[in-house]
Amino acid sequence: MDLNFTKEEIAFRDEVRDFFKKNVPADTKRKLIEGRKIEKADIVNWQRILNKKGWAVYQWPKQYGGTGWTPVQKYIFLEELQRAPAPDPLPFAVSMVGPVIYTFGNDEQKKQFLPRIANLDDWWCQGFSEPGAGSDLAGLSTKAVREGDHWIINGQKTWTTLAQYADWIFVLARTDPKAKKQEGISFILADMKTPGITVRPIQLIDGGKEVNEVFFDNVKVPYENLVGQENRGWDYAKFLLGNERTGIARVGISKERIRRLKELASLEVSSGKPMMEDARFRAKVSEIEVELKALEMTQMRVVAAEGKRRDNKPDPASSILKIKGSEIQQNITNLLMEVVGPFALPYAEEDDASSNEFPVAPDYAGPLAPIYFNYRKVSIYGGSNEIQKNIIAKAILGL
Amino acid sequence: MDFEFSEEQQLLKDSIEGLLGDKYGFEQRRKVLESADGWSREIWKQYAELGILGLPFAEEHGGINGGPVETMIVMGTIGNALALEPYLPTVILAGGFIRRFGTDAQKNKYLPQIAEGKITGAFAHTERQSRYDLFDVKTTAKPSGNGFTLDGQKSVVLNGDQADFVIVTARVSGNQRDKDGLGLFIADAKANGVSRRGYRTVDGLTAAEIQLSGVKVEADAVIGKPSAAYPLIEQIADDGIAALCGEAVGVLAGLTEATTDYLRTRKQFGVNIGAFQVLQHRNVEMLIAAEQAKSMAFLATMMVNEPNAVTRRKTMSAAKTQIGRSAQFVGEQAIQLHGGIGMTMELKTGHWFKRATAIDIQFGDADYHLEQFGNMGGFETAAQGKE
Repeated sequence: MDLNFTKEEIAFRDEVRDFFKKNVPADTKRKLIEGRKIEKADIVNWQRILNKKGWAVYQWPKQYGGTGWTPVQKYIFLEELQRAPAPDPLPFAVSMVGPVIYTFGNDEQKKQFLPRIANLDDWWCQGFSEPGAGSDLAGLSTKAVREGDHWIINGQKTWTTLAQYADWIFVLARTDPKAKKQEGISFILADMKTPGITVRPIQLIDGGKEVNEVFFDNVKVPYENLVGQENRGWDYAKFLLGNERTGIARVGISKERIRRLKELASLEVSSGKPMMEDARFRAKVSEIEVELKALEMTQMRVVAAEGKRRDNKPDPASSILKIKGSEIQQNITNLLMEVVGPFALPYAEEDDASSNEFPVAPDYAGPLAPIYFNYRKVSIYGGSNEIQKNIIAKAILGL
Repeated sequence: MDFEFSEEQQLLKDSIEGLLGDKYGFEQRRKVLESADGWSREIWKQYAELGILGLPFAEEHGGINGGPVETMIVMGTIGNALALEPYLPTVILAGGFIRRFGTDAQKNKYLPQIAEGKITGAFAHTERQSRYDLFDVKTTAKPSGNGFTLDGQKSVVLNGDQADFVIVTARVSGNQRDKDGLGLFIADAKANGVSRRGYRTVDGLTAAEIQLSGVKVEADAVIGKPSAAYPLIEQIADDGIAALCGEAVGVLAGLTEATTDYLRTRKQFGVNIGAFQVLQHRNVEMLIAAEQAKSMAFLATMMVNEPNAVTRRKTMSAAKTQIGRSAQFVGEQAIQLHGGIGMTMELKTGHWFKRATAIDIQFGDADYHLEQFGNMGGFETAAQGKE
């Protein structure tokens, strides 16, 4: 048993850290630290910098442009990326549809899509959830009917993150209405410019419009946009959802947020002294730091075990990472809001936010309440924490 | 980075699990618990035969040179079996002072005897007013003749009632709460002026109040420098914390697994109660708390020999906080999910719960260590503002 990184791993960490220090665009980094809105251009620009270095799709197999890193190296990379801070490579493209295409897609799909995913030439969005199919995703009712060389898709998707930027969408659609609900679903790719696709933004409680409804009205898509086999889409969806094992705890982001929290808590004064010197507030910060360190160690245990696993199945322990990681992220956003006291109240419209002008000082206060509201999502998306508990109860405890 | 045990470590684990699995069935344990001593000298001998009483000691002193991981393995097994022998006070605390900071003469005198199971020890430190502060000591050590005379009152000394020797903290100089001026002294438990009142603690282990009235110790009974013992006390407290963290892993795994088993077998409303989602989720929350505690036990194990005292203490405080929080949650929920039977002394669950509660208290509870951790600045430093 040796819980330290090896010399090689430490050298790797230093290399990665140095690269991020020199290459994350200053403006993008500032936005992340201050919690301001990240634009499409920030993400595209950054992913292309990564791609040039050969790191945009670091977790993919080497033959498709990946790095061939060990699980520990991947963990270090992501941790350093989040700590920098820098934007994650677009998850819908890089961690979701990309692995499905290289695992289940045909050669032409691989050739057409994979390099464009790596360079973010195509922006992807995720057509999974529906108004009637959330946690019970397999209950979806969007239909794709085969007509000659085409699929005709009808239905509605929702909570589609950043669909307003998307060039492509991957859709789960029912292709066999008579089969059991998990067995009649297919995984189909659709060009967002196809006639009949409409995107309607949804305003969330933080005031922003990062998610959308996507409507399909007789959308005609070539038959060859089917990935893998007809009616096997549920298997691919499960593969996709279980794929992201190591990043799910978002330990690096939380560490960066705690550093920001401590910075603001040393600037803001309560009862005549910095917030950070208030015993009660400091205890709350400490409580989160302890939990985060424990989570980091738990994540390292999962990563170390992953390196020894022979099967390619997701570790149910990653559900623990999701639950604890999301709780910690949410608690930090709560404390960040608490730090600025009454200045959490003034609200800036999203458009104002990007102009860096807030109606009242201090200017770091503006985004903090909206982020708190926005982060309620992290215990809901990717399988709600209650669903994760169902998974652990079944897969680990055998209940 | 590797969390797996080596072959030797796995062997150690198997052999101690084998021994305790054999000797610590529920009924067997009840008999030991009800005996006059409250622990078994026969099992203690078998610990010696396995080599674990000299686990962290050098080979020349009868030990097997084990490191923190080996200690974690043994403590985890003790926690899972709820073994009652005074391993922590003898091997980790009293033995720890001598192995780490003792003179050659002290090591030769005590360590082989501990390793052979001939003597047990205790660490007499806590006083009525000190609570968890390691520097708060009223007991005095006044130079007399060749050595010192000890006077004072020590409380809740683990194994204090039966120990053959006691390591006493006493103030050589300075005021009650000064970090400077503390000394460590080895006293024979039967020396003139030592009086002890033994009792059971809530978890079934034994402890004592120890009165020291003009107890004479020679110069060769001093550990380290007579007035600069504070860093030594900190190190042994950290050894104790790491060991307790390891023990807690065994206790919390026991509680979580026993609860899962109970949910699988207890029938109400015509079904196993594990079919109810509200109980499933609670059991999952117990598992998560136990895993988080285990992760921090690994971290404490990894850091216990860190020479930088601030880095080490900070990590130990974080670990002890997590262990305390998890112990309380897992323990309370285990009782709740067992219902009435969890309230009785007839099931191991209640006994584990009581040990979990004691583990939180020993060497400082979660709130105490949370505050210490915050006072030391936490892990992350504030970002440098560009406001």
